[in-house]
Amino acid sequence: MAMIETTYRDALRLALTEAMREDDAVIIMGEEVGRYGGAYGVTKGLIEEFGEDRVIDTPISEAAIVGAAVGAAMAGLRPVAELMYVDFIGMTMDQLANQAAKIRYMFGGQIGVPMVLRTQGGTGRSAGAQHSQSLEAYVMHTPGLRLAMPATVEDAYHLLRQAMKQPDPVVFIEHKGLYTMKGELDTSAEPAAWGKARVMREGSDVVIVSYSRQLHHALAAAETLEKEDGVQAAVVDLRTLNPVDFSTIRPLVERAGRAIVVSEGVMTAGVAAELAARITEECFDYLEDPVVRVAGEDIPISVSPLLEKHSVPTPEFITEVARMMLK
Amino acid sequence: MMAGKNNLPAKNSGLADLYRQMRRVRTFEERVGEIFVRGKSAGSMLHLSVGEESAAVGVCSNMREGDTFTTHHRGHGIFLARGADPARMMAEIAGKEAGYCHGKGGSMHIADMGLGHLGANAIVGGGIPAVVGAGLAARNGKKDVVSLAFFGDGATGQGILYESMNMAALWKLPVMFVCINNQYGMGTRIDQATANPRLHERAEAFGLSARTVDGFEVEDVADAAAELIAGARAGKPAFLAIECYRFYGHARKDKSPYRDEVEESEGRQKDPVLRARTKLIASGLMAEADLDAMDAEIAREMDATIDFAVSGSEPQMSSMFRDVYAPEEPEPEPVRTRVERILARE
Repeated sequence: MAMIETTYRDALRLALTEAMREDDAVIIMGEEVGRYGGAYGVTKGLIEEFGEDRVIDTPISEAAIVGAAVGAAMAGLRPVAELMYVDFIGMTMDQLANQAAKIRYMFGGQIGVPMVLRTQGGTGRSAGAQHSQSLEAYVMHTPGLRLAMPATVEDAYHLLRQAMKQPDPVVFIEHKGLYTMKGELDTSAEPAAWGKARVMREGSDVVIVSYSRQLHHALAAAETLEKEDGVQAAVVDLRTLNPVDFSTIRPLVERAGRAIVVSEGVMTAGVAAELAARITEECFDYLEDPVVRVAGEDIPISVSPLLEKHSVPTPEFITEVARMMLK
Repeated sequence: MMAGKNNLPAKNSGLADLYRQMRRVRTFEERVGEIFVRGKSAGSMLHLSVGEESAAVGVCSNMREGDTFTTHHRGHGIFLARGADPARMMAEIAGKEAGYCHGKGGSMHIADMGLGHLGANAIVGGGIPAVVGAGLAARNGKKDVVSLAFFGDGATGQGILYESMNMAALWKLPVMFVCINNQYGMGTRIDQATANPRLHERAEAFGLSARTVDGFEVEDVADAAAELIAGARAGKPAFLAIECYRFYGHARKDKSPYRDEVEESEGRQKDPVLRARTKLIASGLMAEADLDAMDAEIAREMDATIDFAVSGSEPQMSSMFRDVYAPEEPEPEPVRTRVERILARE
């Protein structure tokens, strides 16, 4: 297929569609995934092509959606369960963290749980405290769960295709602020390997490590820093948080001697904390400054667009932090 | 009468076989208690199903190769009745390499894909929704198999049961929910936790074929299960509550101070194993001497499981980081390796 211009949302749908055409074992199940077409429209039209047995509208029963996906995966299907908002992950946590994540290990390697839990999170739609969170740390804190967070249109397609081929459960967290983002996609191009980070921008003054929507804020900050300050900031898209590709981060930080970790999740005990600790431990001899976390504030998200916007890192704030560091 | 490559018990072959299976469960559980007392069990969490043998045996006598099931934490008897090797079970309980899960699962996380055991569970109700997924796989793959969730009365307090029953009924899945009502969720008696103890009524409300059967009579359990499982195979999901009494405490150390001796001794009168034995003799199906011989043979078999478990090797330390992820994936880096690497800077 040639290069196409598409959106994050349509790229996700394309990945699902192709996987379902290739493999009858792939099923989709979740709230409003069928007739409604998905709360954010990702699964629109799939029930017409694949029927009710493969695109399954479920009751509002998040725990059993995930639990049934676990059983279906163990019984030979390739379920893609959808959790409408990552904020609902608490309802599913037993099935996710105690069942899906541990089955291979507890049962001595007899069987894995090859399922994908698609969900979306993040701020940007004035959706309030229970529909705007970034809860990836809950997942990253659980061994056995893979975690992918696509930031680009390319990854909406390629990373989802890769996630659906993993032998272990993958939590795939989209960002609600990215669904309408446009971009180019070449489905036949060789994507970056699963678990590999992508250097979006080279730079030897400071390294900004990010993922999901904050990647775009980091890139915007890097552009401003170059234009207004003559500063060269490297920007890394982690793409997956389990596994974390540290081998890509290390040489960049060793060269620049400075690193900023940007995440929308709250700062305390979050993904940024883990990444900052790891960079500090592994690149200690090369660091000129403390590794700084630019993360979500330790507060709930407000409906007020003004408060919401400033509850998570903005491009302006990332730029400011880099300037403070380089002063 | 054993059949099939996995040593699965044949379909209900009469009371003598049901008795033999129940006696094996009873004796196995007694040996589990013994290995615990001797300090040879790895887990501190051992939940015996003594008094509930008719549930395990009566239901499992109606399962076929290809059927799948999950159990709760009190699931030894179910797995054994389904054809498990008791020696490998005991080794797993003792945390040994030769166990079903190489010592990583233990009593509450035992599983065997060969026998369709999708896993025991230490979370109350945790294994229930998996059978909905297995039912979906059976439906979509047009496979003539059924999937059973075994759980205790305590799990009727968990929302996941109702989510799962609704889905099974909504999608007409080949699924059966088996509630072994031993009257106690840990130390809380069912009437202290449940406003309406007629549990099958809840399942009826979801549109399932639902019954309650007295676990005193294993043949009644087997007959009820036969009918409901046949319906489930045909797309009429079912619920079976089996009334019995938990002879011992919640876990091995629990001496049940929360229930009085009168209740306990009355409860233990409802012994399905003794009941079947008495009936076999009374009806002339088996002579007492033959039953004694059968019991003695079972005792020898189960004694051997302890020797097997106790003498078995510990898992290799190198297995510790294995099977968090698929075999082709890198294993997590041990903390020691990481620390040594970080501190080895020049």
